[in-house]
Amino acid sequence: MTIGESGLSLIFAVTAFLCVIGAAKALDTAFAFHASLAAAASAAAVFVILNRYFERPAALPPQEINNRPNYNLGPVKFASFMGMFWGIAGFTVGLLIASQLAWPALNFDLPWTSFGRLRPLHTSAVIFAFGGNVLIATSFYVVQRTCRARLAGDLAPWFVVVGYNFFILIAGTGYLLGVTQSKEYAEPEWYSDLWLTIVWVTYLLVFLGTIIKRKEPHIFVANWFYLAFIVTIAVLHLGNNPALPVSIFGSKSYIAWGGVQDAMFQWWYGHNAVGFFLTAGFLAIMYYFIPKRAERPVYSYRLSIIHFWALIFLYIWAGPHHLHYTALPDWTQTLGMTFSVMLWMPSWGGMINGLMTLSGAWDKLRTDPVLRMLVVSVAFYGMSTFEGPMMSIKVVNSLSHYTDWTIGHVHSGALGWVGFVSFGALYCLVPWAWNRRGLYSLKLVNWHFWTATLGIVLYISAMWVSGILQGLMWRSYTALGFLEYSFIETVEAMHPFYIIRAAGGALFLIGSLIMAYNLWMTVRFGEAEVPSPVALQPAE
Amino acid sequence: MSFWQRHQVFEKNSIILVIGILLVIAIGGLVEITPLFYLKSTIEAVDGVRPYTPLELAGRNIYVREGCYLCHSQMIRPLRDEVERYGHFSLAAESMYDHPFQWGSKRTGPDLARVGAKYSDDWHVTHLTNPRAIVPQSVMPGYPFLKETELDTSNIADHLKTLRAVGVPYTDEQITNAVADLKAQVDPDSPDAEALAKRYPKAVVRNFDGKSGAPTEMDALIAYLQMLGTLVDFKLYNEKANLR
Repeated sequence: MTIGESGLSLIFAVTAFLCVIGAAKALDTAFAFHASLAAAASAAAVFVILNRYFERPAALPPQEINNRPNYNLGPVKFASFMGMFWGIAGFTVGLLIASQLAWPALNFDLPWTSFGRLRPLHTSAVIFAFGGNVLIATSFYVVQRTCRARLAGDLAPWFVVVGYNFFILIAGTGYLLGVTQSKEYAEPEWYSDLWLTIVWVTYLLVFLGTIIKRKEPHIFVANWFYLAFIVTIAVLHLGNNPALPVSIFGSKSYIAWGGVQDAMFQWWYGHNAVGFFLTAGFLAIMYYFIPKRAERPVYSYRLSIIHFWALIFLYIWAGPHHLHYTALPDWTQTLGMTFSVMLWMPSWGGMINGLMTLSGAWDKLRTDPVLRMLVVSVAFYGMSTFEGPMMSIKVVNSLSHYTDWTIGHVHSGALGWVGFVSFGALYCLVPWAWNRRGLYSLKLVNWHFWTATLGIVLYISAMWVSGILQGLMWRSYTALGFLEYSFIETVEAMHPFYIIRAAGGALFLIGSLIMAYNLWMTVRFGEAEVPSPVALQPAE
Repeated sequence: MSFWQRHQVFEKNSIILVIGILLVIAIGGLVEITPLFYLKSTIEAVDGVRPYTPLELAGRNIYVREGCYLCHSQMIRPLRDEVERYGHFSLAAESMYDHPFQWGSKRTGPDLARVGAKYSDDWHVTHLTNPRAIVPQSVMPGYPFLKETELDTSNIADHLKTLRAVGVPYTDEQITNAVADLKAQVDPDSPDAEALAKRYPKAVVRNFDGKSGAPTEMDALIAYLQMLGTLVDFKLYNEKANLR
């Protein structure tokens, strides 16, 4: 038995015991539920580790077979599957809450189905569950291939992927039960945060450990971005979440920061969750999967160096643009605005680097819908990273802030950029990881592409109109100098756009279901057979 | 050696790359966040601002639990239409005891920073139970379960203690009397009501949900909503001293 196996099963055995005590002494039902879940999961972990030990051959899998790296693809497959699963779950909840805004009866007046509890479920499911699993899956794949080394650690990569998804489970069920610290995109309570910290540090160690044992002299550019993503998210998570629980047997805690300081910490975190989770991480995907799929080298090595350092340096400053005209000091707001505008440059530098990688291979856009999806994602990235700096300008922000324009902006980035680049990456990754010659059907990819694109266009144009309309209505005056509209009149005016938005979301969801079917068939059967005049033997 | 060759030190040493990343991302945050802990405009106390009463705090925790902040901001910007619609722009000091802050980022519903004393308790009970009973076009969810759910008051003193540990100046007296204060605030006839008002100036003592018996979650939430933005007296407040 390795030290890892014995140590980890011992730790999980102790954890299971402690969690049972926690469940017994819990002050609230949510905490009792989560402690029981953790106890069951820990016990299951002990069982799985021991079972694996008795089943496996005496030696651990070799690092190399016939002088070729023996890649560890199990965790990659698991995270890819979970990414697809959470993606569909997150899009579905998104469609539900979009519909609730159009038809409030859908809240059902129950605590666990109301908008306020489902909205964090939607954002966390798409950002952290879908996006996070795609990032972990691709990073574990890319780091192995580009370092020509097997993933560091034996149980550690599994601990990362399973532990991360357990965090998602705790966070998500917590929202439904009303467990939240109310910090946007950092809602999970103190115990989920602690667990995520452990998982995330392990993730960093596995990733870094693989880089350290690499066979290539250089660290490939995608890995710089993955590393910046992993390191910075750790820093942001620790900075934004220090909290003191009311009791170690209860779910409620109070954040160490208060008022203005908390607001600044929150949006330093919040904006850089966008910058490092949803941007740097997915740029890493762009830097590996687009060149790979187009079979062309990255356009410019020097541009990628400038892109990398400028992006991570400038992004961190942009947080205060979420707090324009608030009680945050003016100079901080101006600084945030200035850096947000400057951020436009590295963002477009990265976009150019991604798009120009297709030089000499543009014709593939006609024949390969997967590459088209990847390229369109970069185009959406370019659009969002122009819109963002524009909205961070204070006068524009005075109109756009608090309205649906922000929601539209987020979704052009989230659906167009993060969604499409993830879909493209999964379409590449699944056949590679499961060792299939190609996707089951490129035609279905094409259907997915057009359904989802139409959905995005409906979504963001509806939100542009509703956001700008509502912003203008709020500040509109009559000739006599009175406010022209009551608040509720501006809510009423949103109704048609909320329906269009929900329709856009439904199309996007349908696209993802097509994708799931396609990937499932790819894993089961591989590339669809070319119609043959001769009757063939059935597959089974 | 050219610049590009020099960069290879990052490309060939993972630890140097990690240190480089850490240094580069530290600068922006340090410059923007650190001064907020000592600049006058961000830490100044304003007359009238006090910690929440135990009942208001319990109500605030319900506000957080139900995710109200996702549709309602509590931050009035110094723009003409907002000041006319909602009242005086929000001061930093008004949220100084908020752990975490509730400024919000979206107004699907109106701003609530100064909603206190704008509507009657009855209005709030009806509206929270079924928003469309009062505002037919509203898209807000109904919260009928709040008035049916008894408020959990068992460890409210621990909540105050925890908040004191993170910097809210609750006194020993306030902590020892937390449960009594909580119950007194929904019962105008209570002998403790006077002591409560002394410990928490401007605290409103009323039977918020209109029902007799133990305090409900509805009581707590309305107590919180009714105090929002009412603590600072802007007739006495010196605007010039706090221009931002």
